Amino acid sequence: MTQSAPSREAQITAVVRADRPPSESSTLRTALMTLAILVALVLIWEGMKAFSSANNYEISVAGWTIDLTLFNDSQLPHLTDIARSLLEPAQRNGPPLYVTLLDAVWFTLLSAIQGFVFGGLIGFGLAVLFTHIGFLQRGLLPFVVASQTVPILAIAPMVVVWFGRAGISGLAVPAIAAYLTFFPVTIYTLRGLTSVSPTALELMQTYAAGTWQILIKLRLPNAIPQIFTALKLAATASVVGAIIGELPSGFQNGLGIAILNFARYYNQSPPRLWATIFVAGLVGIAFFGVIALIERLVVRWKPKQSE
Amino acid sequence: MSSVITIENVNKTFRAQDGTGVNALENINLTIEQGEFVSFIGPSGCGKSTLLRIIADLIKVTSGTVTVNGKPAEQARKDRDYGFVFQNATLYDWRTVRRNVELPLEIMRYSKAEREQRATEMLKLVELAEFADRYPYQLSGGMQQRVSIARALSFQPRILLMDEPFGALDEMTRERMNNELLSIWGRLKDMTVIFVTHSISEAVYLSSRVVVMSPRPGKISRIIDIDLPRPRGSQTRDMDAFFHLSSQVRHALRGTTPDERSPAILHDGIHD
Repeated sequence: MTQSAPSREAQITAVVRADRPPSESSTLRTALMTLAILVALVLIWEGMKAFSSANNYEISVAGWTIDLTLFNDSQLPHLTDIARSLLEPAQRNGPPLYVTLLDAVWFTLLSAIQGFVFGGLIGFGLAVLFTHIGFLQRGLLPFVVASQTVPILAIAPMVVVWFGRAGISGLAVPAIAAYLTFFPVTIYTLRGLTSVSPTALELMQTYAAGTWQILIKLRLPNAIPQIFTALKLAATASVVGAIIGELPSGFQNGLGIAILNFARYYNQSPPRLWATIFVAGLVGIAFFGVIALIERLVVRWKPKQSE
Repeated sequence: MSSVITIENVNKTFRAQDGTGVNALENINLTIEQGEFVSFIGPSGCGKSTLLRIIADLIKVTSGTVTVNGKPAEQARKDRDYGFVFQNATLYDWRTVRRNVELPLEIMRYSKAEREQRATEMLKLVELAEFADRYPYQLSGGMQQRVSIARALSFQPRILLMDEPFGALDEMTRERMNNELLSIWGRLKDMTVIFVTHSISEAVYLSSRVVVMSPRPGKISRIIDIDLPRPRGSQTRDMDAFFHLSSQVRHALRGTTPDERSPAILHDGIHD
Protein backbone atom coordinates (compact mmCIF):
# COMPACT_ATOMS: atom_id res chain seq x y z
CA MET A 1 0.00 0.00 0.00
CA THR A 2 1.56 3.26 -1.05
CA GLN A 3 0.84 6.72 0.26
CA SER A 4 1.43 9.89 -1.66
CA ALA A 5 4.49 11.84 -0.51
CA PRO A 6 2.62 14.96 0.71
CA SER A 7 0.21 13.05 2.91
CA ARG A 8 3.07 11.18 4.55
CA GLU A 9 4.84 14.47 5.16
CA ALA A 10 1.71 15.97 6.62
CA GLN A 11 1.44 12.99 8.90
CA ILE A 12 5.01 13.37 10.11
CA THR A 13 4.58 17.11 10.62
CA ALA A 14 1.47 16.56 12.66
CA VAL A 15 3.28 14.05 14.81
CA VAL A 16 6.37 16.22 15.25
CA ARG A 17 4.19 19.11 16.33
CA ALA A 18 2.99 17.03 19.22
CA ASP A 19 6.41 16.65 20.76
CA ARG A 20 7.83 20.14 20.47
CA PRO A 21 9.48 20.96 23.82
CA PRO A 22 7.39 22.98 26.29
CA SER A 23 7.47 26.59 25.24
CA GLU A 24 9.76 28.96 27.07
CA SER A 25 6.84 31.13 28.03
CA SER A 26 5.12 28.56 30.23
CA THR A 27 8.17 28.05 32.48
CA LEU A 28 8.71 31.80 32.57
CA ARG A 29 5.08 32.33 33.38
CA THR A 30 5.28 29.90 36.30
CA ALA A 31 8.41 31.62 37.64
CA LEU A 32 6.78 35.04 37.39
CA MET A 33 3.67 33.72 39.10
CA THR A 34 5.70 32.36 42.01
CA LEU A 35 7.56 35.64 42.32
CA ALA A 36 4.32 37.58 42.24
CA ILE A 37 2.86 35.45 45.02
CA LEU A 38 6.00 35.91 47.14
CA VAL A 39 5.82 39.65 46.69
CA ALA A 40 2.14 39.59 47.60
CA LEU A 41 2.88 37.63 50.77
CA VAL A 42 5.61 40.07 51.77
CA LEU A 43 3.22 42.96 51.19
CA ILE A 44 0.50 41.30 53.25
CA TRP A 45 2.93 40.54 56.08
CA GLU A 46 4.32 44.04 56.35
CA GLY A 47 1.01 45.58 55.41
CA MET A 48 -0.86 43.93 58.26
CA LYS A 49 1.91 44.91 60.66
CA ALA A 50 1.78 48.52 59.54
CA PHE A 51 -2.00 48.59 59.72
CA SER A 52 -2.11 47.00 63.17
CA SER A 53 0.57 49.25 64.57
CA ALA A 54 -1.21 52.34 63.26
CA ASN A 55 -4.38 51.18 65.01
CA ASN A 56 -2.70 50.31 68.28
CA TYR A 57 -3.22 46.60 67.66
CA GLU A 58 -6.96 46.77 68.02
CA ILE A 59 -9.87 47.54 65.72
CA SER A 60 -13.62 47.63 66.13
CA VAL A 61 -15.76 46.09 63.47
CA ALA A 62 -19.54 46.03 63.74
CA GLY A 63 -19.45 46.21 67.48
CA TRP A 64 -16.81 43.48 67.87
CA THR A 65 -13.33 44.31 69.05
CA ILE A 66 -10.64 42.40 67.13
CA ASP A 67 -7.34 41.96 68.90
CA LEU A 68 -4.42 42.49 66.52
CA THR A 69 -1.55 42.01 68.95
CA LEU A 70 -0.46 39.00 66.96
CA PHE A 71 1.00 41.46 64.46
CA ASN A 72 3.29 43.18 66.93
CA ASP A 73 7.03 42.99 66.62
CA SER A 74 7.41 40.31 69.24
CA GLN A 75 4.93 37.85 67.80
CA LEU A 76 5.42 38.59 64.12
CA PRO A 77 8.78 40.27 63.55
CA HIS A 78 9.50 42.43 60.55
CA LEU A 79 10.81 40.44 57.64
CA THR A 80 13.87 42.66 57.56
CA ASP A 81 14.56 41.82 61.20
CA ILE A 82 14.26 38.13 60.44
CA ALA A 83 16.70 38.49 57.56
CA ARG A 84 19.10 40.50 59.69
CA SER A 85 19.07 37.92 62.47
CA LEU A 86 20.58 35.42 60.06
CA LEU A 87 23.68 37.52 59.79
CA GLU A 88 24.17 38.01 63.51
CA PRO A 89 25.53 35.41 65.90
CA ALA A 90 23.01 33.43 67.91
CA GLN A 91 25.44 32.90 70.77
CA ARG A 92 27.96 35.31 72.23
CA ASN A 93 31.10 35.18 70.07
CA GLY A 94 29.55 32.50 67.94
CA PRO A 95 29.26 32.33 64.17
CA PRO A 96 26.42 34.11 62.33
CA LEU A 97 23.05 32.40 62.65
CA TYR A 98 23.04 31.26 59.05
CA VAL A 99 26.20 29.22 59.64
CA THR A 100 24.66 27.53 62.68
CA LEU A 101 21.51 26.86 60.73
CA LEU A 102 23.41 25.43 57.77
CA ASP A 103 25.05 22.94 60.11
CA ALA A 104 21.65 22.13 61.54
CA VAL A 105 20.19 21.72 58.06
CA TRP A 106 22.98 19.36 57.11
CA PHE A 107 22.41 17.21 60.20
CA THR A 108 18.63 17.09 59.77
CA LEU A 109 18.75 16.57 56.04
CA LEU A 110 21.07 13.61 56.46
CA SER A 111 18.61 11.97 58.84
CA ALA A 112 15.72 12.89 56.57
CA ILE A 113 17.37 11.33 53.54
CA GLN A 114 18.21 8.17 55.45
CA GLY A 115 14.61 7.98 56.65
CA PHE A 116 13.40 8.66 53.12
CA VAL A 117 15.41 5.77 51.75
CA PHE A 118 14.47 3.31 54.54
CA GLY A 119 10.83 4.32 54.50
CA GLY A 120 10.74 4.27 50.72
CA LEU A 121 12.17 0.76 50.56
CA ILE A 122 9.83 -0.53 53.24
CA GLY A 123 6.83 1.13 51.60
CA PHE A 124 7.79 -0.23 48.22
CA GLY A 125 8.35 -3.72 49.58
CA LEU A 126 4.99 -3.71 51.32
CA ALA A 127 3.24 -2.51 48.18
CA VAL A 128 4.77 -5.29 46.08
CA LEU A 129 3.85 -7.82 48.77
CA PHE A 130 0.28 -6.57 49.04
CA THR A 131 -0.11 -6.58 45.25
CA HIS A 132 0.65 -10.26 44.99
CA ILE A 133 -0.74 -11.65 48.24
CA GLY A 134 -4.33 -10.55 48.60
CA PHE A 135 -4.96 -11.78 52.12
CA LEU A 136 -1.86 -9.98 53.42
CA GLN A 137 -3.21 -6.77 51.99
CA ARG A 138 -6.63 -7.27 53.50
CA GLY A 139 -5.14 -8.25 56.85
CA LEU A 140 -2.33 -5.73 57.21
CA LEU A 141 -3.53 -2.60 55.42
CA PRO A 142 -5.79 -1.49 58.29
CA PHE A 143 -2.81 -1.70 60.65
CA VAL A 144 -0.67 0.26 58.24
CA VAL A 145 -3.31 2.97 58.18
CA ALA A 146 -3.75 2.88 61.95
CA SER A 147 -0.02 3.29 62.44
CA GLN A 148 -0.23 6.78 61.05
CA THR A 149 -2.95 7.93 63.39
CA VAL A 150 -0.75 7.45 66.44
CA PRO A 151 0.78 10.87 67.11
CA ILE A 152 4.41 10.78 66.17
CA LEU A 153 5.24 13.04 69.08
CA ALA A 154 4.20 10.17 71.35
CA ILE A 155 6.24 7.53 69.55
CA ALA A 156 9.41 9.52 69.00
CA PRO A 157 10.66 9.40 72.63
CA MET A 158 10.01 5.66 72.78
CA VAL A 159 11.97 5.07 69.59
CA VAL A 160 14.89 7.13 70.92
CA VAL A 161 14.94 5.06 74.11
CA TRP A 162 14.69 1.68 72.32
CA PHE A 163 17.37 2.51 69.79
CA GLY A 164 19.57 3.92 72.52
CA ARG A 165 19.29 0.67 74.50
CA ALA A 166 20.05 -1.33 71.36
CA GLY A 167 23.15 0.73 70.83
CA ILE A 168 22.02 2.26 67.53
CA SER A 169 20.91 5.66 68.77
CA GLY A 170 22.27 7.18 65.60
CA LEU A 171 19.48 5.51 63.67
CA ALA A 172 16.69 6.76 65.90
CA VAL A 173 15.94 9.98 64.02
CA PRO A 174 16.10 8.30 60.57
CA ALA A 175 13.77 5.64 61.91
CA ILE A 176 11.23 8.22 62.95
CA ALA A 177 11.56 9.91 59.57
CA ALA A 178 11.04 6.52 57.93
CA TYR A 179 7.90 6.01 59.98
CA LEU A 180 6.29 9.03 58.34
CA THR A 181 7.71 8.18 54.95
CA PHE A 182 6.69 4.58 54.39
CA PHE A 183 2.97 5.22 54.51
CA PRO A 184 2.45 7.38 51.41
CA VAL A 185 4.91 5.23 49.51
CA THR A 186 2.97 2.06 50.39
CA ILE A 187 -0.41 3.48 49.51
CA TYR A 188 0.49 5.17 46.24
CA THR A 189 2.79 2.43 45.01
CA LEU A 190 0.09 -0.14 45.74
CA ARG A 191 -2.38 1.94 43.79
CA GLY A 192 0.02 2.25 40.87
CA LEU A 193 0.89 -1.46 40.82
CA THR A 194 -2.72 -2.60 40.88
CA SER A 195 -4.23 0.00 38.58
CA VAL A 196 -3.17 -1.72 35.36
CA SER A 197 -5.87 -1.99 32.73
CA PRO A 198 -7.44 -5.44 32.36
CA THR A 199 -6.50 -5.65 28.68
CA ALA A 200 -2.91 -4.79 29.48
CA LEU A 201 -2.93 -7.79 31.82
CA GLU A 202 -4.67 -9.97 29.25
CA LEU A 203 -1.96 -9.02 26.80
CA MET A 204 0.61 -10.40 29.23
CA GLN A 205 -1.43 -13.57 29.56
CA THR A 206 -1.41 -14.09 25.81
CA TYR A 207 2.38 -14.08 26.05
CA ALA A 208 2.24 -16.55 28.96
CA ALA A 209 4.35 -14.06 30.92
CA GLY A 210 5.43 -15.01 34.46
CA THR A 211 4.48 -13.03 37.58
CA TRP A 212 7.93 -11.49 37.83
CA GLN A 213 7.89 -10.40 34.19
CA ILE A 214 4.45 -8.87 34.66
CA LEU A 215 5.75 -6.98 37.70
CA ILE A 216 8.86 -5.63 35.99
CA LYS A 217 7.45 -4.95 32.53
CA LEU A 218 3.91 -3.88 33.33
CA ARG A 219 3.07 -3.08 36.94
CA LEU A 220 6.21 -1.15 37.83
CA PRO A 221 6.36 1.17 34.81
CA ASN A 222 2.62 1.68 35.17
CA ALA A 223 3.18 2.70 38.79
CA ILE A 224 5.96 5.20 38.18
CA PRO A 225 3.79 8.35 38.09
CA GLN A 226 2.12 7.29 41.34
CA ILE A 227 5.45 6.40 42.89
CA PHE A 228 6.76 9.87 42.17
CA THR A 229 3.69 11.40 43.77
CA ALA A 230 4.42 9.29 46.82
CA LEU A 231 8.10 10.25 46.82
CA LYS A 232 7.24 13.93 46.73
CA LEU A 233 5.00 13.51 49.76
CA ALA A 234 7.62 11.32 51.39
CA ALA A 235 10.29 13.96 50.84
CA THR A 236 8.48 16.53 52.93
CA ALA A 237 7.29 13.91 55.43
CA SER A 238 10.84 12.74 56.02
CA VAL A 239 11.99 16.28 56.85
CA VAL A 240 9.10 16.69 59.29
CA GLY A 241 9.84 13.29 60.79
CA ALA A 242 13.53 14.10 61.21
CA ILE A 243 12.79 17.42 62.91
CA ILE A 244 10.29 15.86 65.30
CA GLY A 245 12.54 12.92 65.92
CA GLU A 246 15.29 15.20 67.12
CA LEU A 247 13.18 16.76 69.85
CA PRO A 248 13.39 13.98 72.43
CA SER A 249 16.68 12.69 71.18
CA GLY A 250 18.98 14.63 73.45
CA PHE A 251 21.24 15.45 70.50
CA GLN A 252 22.72 18.94 70.23
CA ASN A 253 22.45 19.30 66.48
CA GLY A 254 19.70 19.62 63.96
CA LEU A 255 16.87 21.91 63.02
CA GLY A 256 14.58 20.34 65.61
CA ILE A 257 16.96 21.23 68.42
CA ALA A 258 17.42 24.71 66.98
CA ILE A 259 13.67 25.20 66.93
CA LEU A 260 13.45 23.93 70.51
CA ASN A 261 16.16 26.29 71.69
CA PHE A 262 14.88 29.37 69.93
CA ALA A 263 11.36 28.62 71.12
CA ARG A 264 12.55 28.34 74.71
CA TYR A 265 14.41 31.62 74.48
CA TYR A 266 11.88 33.24 72.15
CA ASN A 267 11.57 36.52 73.99
CA GLN A 268 15.30 37.15 73.78
CA SER A 269 15.13 37.32 70.00
CA PRO A 270 11.89 36.47 68.24
CA PRO A 271 13.33 36.74 64.71
CA ARG A 272 15.65 33.77 65.27
CA LEU A 273 12.84 31.26 65.65
CA TRP A 274 11.15 32.62 62.55
CA ALA A 275 14.37 32.44 60.61
CA THR A 276 14.77 28.81 61.64
CA ILE A 277 11.20 28.01 60.65
CA PHE A 278 11.69 29.57 57.22
CA VAL A 279 14.92 27.66 56.73
CA ALA A 280 13.19 24.40 57.68
CA GLY A 281 10.45 25.16 55.19
CA LEU A 282 13.02 25.81 52.49
CA VAL A 283 14.67 22.46 53.18
CA GLY A 284 11.36 20.71 52.65
CA ILE A 285 10.69 22.63 49.45
CA ALA A 286 14.17 21.92 48.13
CA PHE A 287 13.88 18.18 48.75
CA PHE A 288 10.45 18.17 47.07
CA GLY A 289 11.87 20.13 44.15
CA VAL A 290 14.70 17.65 43.62
CA ILE A 291 12.21 14.78 43.37
CA ALA A 292 10.02 16.80 41.02
CA LEU A 293 13.03 17.49 38.83
CA ILE A 294 13.97 13.82 38.68
CA GLU A 295 10.38 13.03 37.78
CA ARG A 296 10.51 15.49 34.89
CA LEU A 297 13.62 13.80 33.56
CA VAL A 298 12.36 10.23 33.99
CA VAL A 299 8.75 10.48 32.82
CA ARG A 300 9.15 11.32 29.16
CA TRP A 301 6.22 9.45 27.71
CA LYS A 302 3.44 11.84 28.57
CA PRO A 303 2.74 15.10 26.77
CA LYS A 304 4.61 17.73 28.79
CA GLN A 305 2.57 19.68 31.32
CA SER A 306 3.85 22.53 33.43
CA GLU A 307 3.80 21.68 37.13
CA MET B 1 -5.20 -28.29 5.01
CA SER B 2 -5.50 -29.44 8.59
CA SER B 3 -7.92 -28.09 11.13
CA VAL B 4 -5.98 -25.75 13.30
CA ILE B 5 -8.74 -24.95 15.78
CA THR B 6 -11.43 -27.37 16.91
CA ILE B 7 -14.21 -26.32 19.26
CA GLU B 8 -16.38 -29.15 20.56
CA ASN B 9 -19.53 -28.82 22.66
CA VAL B 10 -18.31 -25.70 24.35
CA ASN B 11 -20.52 -24.13 26.97
CA LYS B 12 -19.73 -21.09 29.07
CA THR B 13 -21.78 -19.85 31.97
CA PHE B 14 -20.79 -16.79 33.96
CA ARG B 15 -21.91 -16.99 37.56
CA ALA B 16 -22.83 -13.82 39.41
CA GLN B 17 -22.15 -13.51 43.14
CA ASP B 18 -25.76 -14.22 43.93
CA GLY B 19 -25.57 -17.54 42.14
CA THR B 20 -27.50 -16.59 39.05
CA GLY B 21 -25.88 -17.62 35.80
CA VAL B 22 -25.59 -16.06 32.38
CA ASN B 23 -25.41 -18.53 29.52
CA ALA B 24 -22.80 -16.76 27.45
CA LEU B 25 -22.22 -19.71 25.13
CA GLU B 26 -24.24 -22.85 24.54
CA ASN B 27 -23.20 -25.92 22.61
CA ILE B 28 -20.67 -24.33 20.31
CA ASN B 29 -19.16 -26.59 17.66
CA LEU B 30 -16.78 -25.20 15.08
CA THR B 31 -13.76 -26.27 13.09
CA ILE B 32 -11.34 -23.84 11.53
CA GLU B 33 -8.81 -24.86 8.91
CA GLN B 34 -5.31 -23.55 8.56
CA GLY B 35 -5.06 -20.46 6.37
CA GLU B 36 -8.71 -19.49 6.77
CA PHE B 37 -9.93 -16.01 7.54
CA VAL B 38 -12.98 -16.48 9.75
CA SER B 39 -15.14 -13.70 11.15
CA PHE B 40 -17.41 -13.94 14.16
CA ILE B 41 -20.30 -11.53 13.89
CA GLY B 42 -23.35 -10.95 16.03
CA PRO B 43 -25.15 -8.45 18.24
CA SER B 44 -23.85 -7.50 21.68
CA GLY B 45 -24.10 -10.35 24.11
CA CYS B 46 -23.93 -13.12 21.53
CA GLY B 47 -20.68 -14.39 22.97
CA LYS B 48 -18.35 -13.70 20.05
CA SER B 49 -15.70 -12.00 22.17
CA THR B 50 -16.13 -14.65 24.85
CA LEU B 51 -15.59 -17.38 22.27
CA LEU B 52 -12.47 -15.65 20.99
CA ARG B 53 -11.10 -15.39 24.52
CA ILE B 54 -11.89 -19.03 25.14
CA ILE B 55 -9.85 -19.97 22.08
CA ALA B 56 -7.09 -17.76 23.49
CA ASP B 57 -7.37 -19.43 26.90
CA LEU B 58 -8.02 -16.07 28.53
CA ILE B 59 -11.34 -17.47 29.75
CA LYS B 60 -11.91 -21.10 30.71
CA VAL B 61 -14.82 -23.15 29.38
CA THR B 62 -17.54 -24.42 31.69
CA SER B 63 -17.65 -27.60 29.62
CA GLY B 64 -16.41 -28.81 26.25
CA THR B 65 -13.00 -28.83 24.63
CA VAL B 66 -10.97 -26.42 22.59
CA THR B 67 -8.04 -27.73 20.61
CA VAL B 68 -5.54 -25.37 19.03
CA ASN B 69 -2.74 -26.72 16.84
CA GLY B 70 -3.54 -30.18 18.15
CA LYS B 71 -3.11 -29.14 21.80
CA PRO B 72 -5.46 -27.95 24.54
CA ALA B 73 -6.00 -24.18 24.38
CA GLU B 74 -4.02 -23.65 27.57
CA GLN B 75 -0.95 -25.34 26.13
CA ALA B 76 -1.27 -23.37 22.90
CA ARG B 77 -1.25 -20.18 24.95
CA LYS B 78 1.80 -21.28 26.91
CA ASP B 79 3.51 -22.17 23.64
CA ARG B 80 2.62 -18.72 22.27
CA ASP B 81 0.93 -20.14 19.22
CA TYR B 82 -1.19 -17.05 18.55
CA GLY B 83 -1.07 -13.29 18.56
CA PHE B 84 -3.95 -11.28 20.01
CA VAL B 85 -5.08 -7.85 18.88
CA PHE B 86 -7.46 -6.03 21.22
CA GLN B 87 -10.07 -3.42 20.43
CA ASN B 88 -7.98 -0.71 21.95
CA ALA B 89 -4.38 -0.95 20.90
CA THR B 90 -3.23 -1.53 24.49
CA LEU B 91 0.23 -0.20 23.82
CA TYR B 92 2.36 0.47 26.88
CA ASP B 93 2.60 4.26 27.20
CA TRP B 94 6.07 4.24 28.65
CA ARG B 95 7.60 2.34 25.77
CA THR B 96 8.46 3.66 22.35
CA VAL B 97 6.75 2.15 19.33
CA ARG B 98 9.76 -0.05 18.68
CA ARG B 99 9.95 -1.28 22.26
CA ASN B 100 6.23 -1.99 22.25
CA VAL B 101 6.71 -4.27 19.26
CA GLU B 102 9.64 -5.89 21.06
CA LEU B 103 7.60 -6.57 24.22
CA PRO B 104 6.57 -10.17 23.41
CA LEU B 105 10.07 -10.87 22.11
CA GLU B 106 11.55 -9.73 25.43
CA ILE B 107 9.18 -11.97 27.35
CA MET B 108 10.02 -14.87 25.10
CA ARG B 109 13.70 -14.13 25.65
CA TYR B 110 14.82 -13.45 22.12
CA SER B 111 18.32 -12.03 21.85
CA LYS B 112 18.75 -8.29 21.53
CA ALA B 113 19.87 -8.57 17.93
CA GLU B 114 16.90 -10.74 16.99
CA ARG B 115 14.49 -8.38 18.72
CA GLU B 116 15.81 -5.38 16.86
CA GLN B 117 15.72 -7.17 13.54
CA ARG B 118 12.18 -8.47 13.96
CA ALA B 119 10.85 -5.17 15.26
CA THR B 120 12.33 -3.34 12.30
CA GLU B 121 10.84 -5.89 9.91
CA MET B 122 7.39 -5.68 11.50
CA LEU B 123 7.35 -1.91 11.55
CA LYS B 124 8.25 -1.90 7.89
CA LEU B 125 5.40 -4.34 7.24
CA VAL B 126 2.85 -1.98 8.80
CA GLU B 127 4.58 1.05 7.28
CA LEU B 128 5.48 2.76 10.55
CA ALA B 129 9.26 2.50 10.34
CA GLU B 130 9.75 6.29 10.71
CA PHE B 131 7.80 6.28 13.97
CA ALA B 132 9.85 3.64 15.70
CA ASP B 133 11.18 6.00 18.34
CA ARG B 134 7.95 7.87 19.04
CA TYR B 135 5.76 7.28 22.04
CA PRO B 136 2.17 6.01 21.69
CA TYR B 137 0.70 9.36 22.73
CA GLN B 138 2.17 10.83 19.58
CA LEU B 139 0.32 8.42 17.29
CA SER B 140 -3.22 8.46 15.96
CA GLY B 141 -5.67 5.64 16.76
CA GLY B 142 -5.15 3.93 13.45
CA MET B 143 -1.40 4.08 13.78
CA GLN B 144 -1.52 2.70 17.30
CA GLN B 145 -3.60 -0.21 16.07
CA ARG B 146 -1.05 -0.89 13.34
CA VAL B 147 1.65 -1.03 16.01
CA SER B 148 -0.55 -3.45 17.91
CA ILE B 149 -0.75 -5.66 14.83
CA ALA B 150 3.00 -5.44 14.30
CA ARG B 151 3.46 -6.48 17.92
CA ALA B 152 1.06 -9.42 17.56
CA LEU B 153 2.98 -10.71 14.54
CA SER B 154 6.49 -10.02 15.81
CA PHE B 155 7.00 -13.54 17.10
CA GLN B 156 5.50 -15.04 13.95
CA PRO B 157 2.53 -16.94 15.32
CA ARG B 158 0.53 -18.88 12.78
CA ILE B 159 -2.75 -17.76 14.31
CA LEU B 160 -4.01 -14.21 14.72
CA LEU B 161 -6.96 -13.50 17.01
CA MET B 162 -8.50 -10.08 16.61
CA ASP B 163 -11.25 -8.64 18.82
CA GLU B 164 -12.97 -5.83 16.91
CA PRO B 165 -9.59 -4.27 16.22
CA PHE B 166 -10.92 -1.50 14.00
CA GLY B 167 -14.11 -0.82 15.93
CA ALA B 168 -12.83 2.41 17.45
CA LEU B 169 -11.72 3.86 14.11
CA ASP B 170 -13.63 5.95 11.62
CA GLU B 171 -15.02 4.36 8.47
CA MET B 172 -12.31 5.54 6.09
CA THR B 173 -9.47 4.50 8.36
CA ARG B 174 -11.25 1.20 8.91
CA GLU B 175 -11.46 0.47 5.19
CA ARG B 176 -7.78 1.31 4.79
CA MET B 177 -6.88 -0.93 7.71
CA ASN B 178 -8.96 -3.73 6.17
CA ASN B 179 -6.86 -3.51 3.02
CA GLU B 180 -3.64 -3.41 5.00
CA LEU B 181 -4.70 -6.44 7.00
CA LEU B 182 -5.53 -8.41 3.84
CA SER B 183 -2.22 -7.40 2.36
CA ILE B 184 -0.32 -8.57 5.44
CA TRP B 185 -2.32 -11.79 5.60
CA GLY B 186 -1.65 -12.40 1.95
CA ARG B 187 2.08 -12.05 2.48
CA LEU B 188 2.27 -14.47 5.43
CA LYS B 189 1.73 -18.01 4.28
CA ASP B 190 -0.84 -20.15 6.04
CA MET B 191 -1.75 -17.53 8.63
CA THR B 192 -5.12 -18.30 10.21
CA VAL B 193 -7.12 -15.28 11.30
CA ILE B 194 -10.16 -15.15 13.56
CA PHE B 195 -11.74 -11.73 13.43
CA VAL B 196 -14.55 -10.53 15.70
CA THR B 197 -16.57 -7.67 14.29
CA HIS B 198 -19.81 -5.76 14.43
CA SER B 199 -19.67 -4.74 10.82
CA ILE B 200 -21.37 -6.85 8.16
CA SER B 201 -19.46 -5.31 5.28
CA GLU B 202 -16.15 -5.76 7.08
CA ALA B 203 -16.90 -9.41 7.78
CA VAL B 204 -17.86 -10.14 4.18
CA TYR B 205 -14.99 -8.14 2.71
CA LEU B 206 -12.27 -9.83 4.73
CA SER B 207 -13.38 -13.39 5.36
CA SER B 208 -13.49 -16.77 3.73
CA ARG B 209 -16.23 -17.74 6.16
CA VAL B 210 -18.56 -15.74 8.38
CA VAL B 211 -19.84 -17.29 11.61
CA VAL B 212 -23.09 -15.59 12.57
CA MET B 213 -23.92 -15.75 16.26
CA SER B 214 -27.02 -14.96 18.25
CA PRO B 215 -27.45 -14.12 21.93
CA ARG B 216 -29.31 -15.43 24.96
CA PRO B 217 -27.96 -18.02 24.97
CA GLY B 218 -24.92 -17.43 22.76
CA LYS B 219 -25.09 -19.81 19.80
CA ILE B 220 -23.88 -20.12 16.25
CA SER B 221 -26.95 -19.52 14.16
CA ARG B 222 -25.40 -19.85 10.70
CA ILE B 223 -22.08 -20.18 8.96
CA ILE B 224 -21.83 -18.53 5.56
CA ASP B 225 -19.09 -19.29 3.02
CA ILE B 226 -17.73 -16.22 1.32
CA ASP B 227 -16.50 -17.29 -2.08
CA LEU B 228 -15.54 -13.88 -3.38
CA PRO B 229 -12.33 -13.94 -5.42
CA ARG B 230 -9.01 -12.89 -3.95
CA PRO B 231 -7.15 -10.58 -3.95
CA ARG B 232 -9.97 -8.36 -2.77
CA GLY B 233 -10.10 -4.65 -3.36
CA SER B 234 -12.47 -1.78 -3.92
CA GLN B 235 -13.88 -3.62 -6.92
CA THR B 236 -15.01 -6.40 -4.59
CA ARG B 237 -17.39 -4.09 -2.77
CA ASP B 238 -19.09 -3.29 -6.06
CA MET B 239 -19.80 -6.90 -6.98
CA ASP B 240 -23.33 -8.29 -6.97
CA ALA B 241 -22.06 -11.26 -5.06
CA PHE B 242 -20.82 -8.91 -2.33
CA PHE B 243 -24.29 -7.48 -1.97
CA HIS B 244 -25.94 -10.90 -1.90
CA LEU B 245 -23.55 -12.26 0.66
CA SER B 246 -23.99 -9.17 2.85
CA SER B 247 -27.74 -9.72 2.59
CA GLN B 248 -27.34 -13.30 3.67
CA VAL B 249 -25.35 -12.22 6.70
CA ARG B 250 -27.87 -9.52 7.52
CA HIS B 251 -30.75 -11.93 7.36
CA ALA B 252 -28.88 -14.49 9.37
CA LEU B 253 -28.38 -11.84 12.05
CA ARG B 254 -32.07 -11.06 12.03
CA GLY B 255 -33.09 -14.66 12.01
CA THR B 256 -34.83 -14.38 8.67
CA THR B 257 -33.92 -15.68 5.23
CA PRO B 258 -33.68 -13.60 2.04
CA ASP B 259 -35.66 -16.26 0.19
CA GLU B 260 -39.05 -14.69 -0.36
CA ARG B 261 -40.82 -17.89 -1.22
CA SER B 262 -40.41 -19.40 2.20
CA PRO B 263 -39.52 -16.77 4.70
CA ALA B 264 -38.56 -19.02 7.62
CA ILE B 265 -38.29 -17.19 10.89
CA LEU B 266 -35.61 -18.80 13.01
CA HIS B 267 -36.22 -18.50 16.72
CA ASP B 268 -32.67 -18.28 17.82
CA GLY B 269 -31.98 -14.83 16.49
CA ILE B 270 -33.06 -11.27 17.02
CA HIS B 271 -36.24 -10.10 15.40
CA ASP B 272 -36.49 -6.49 14.44
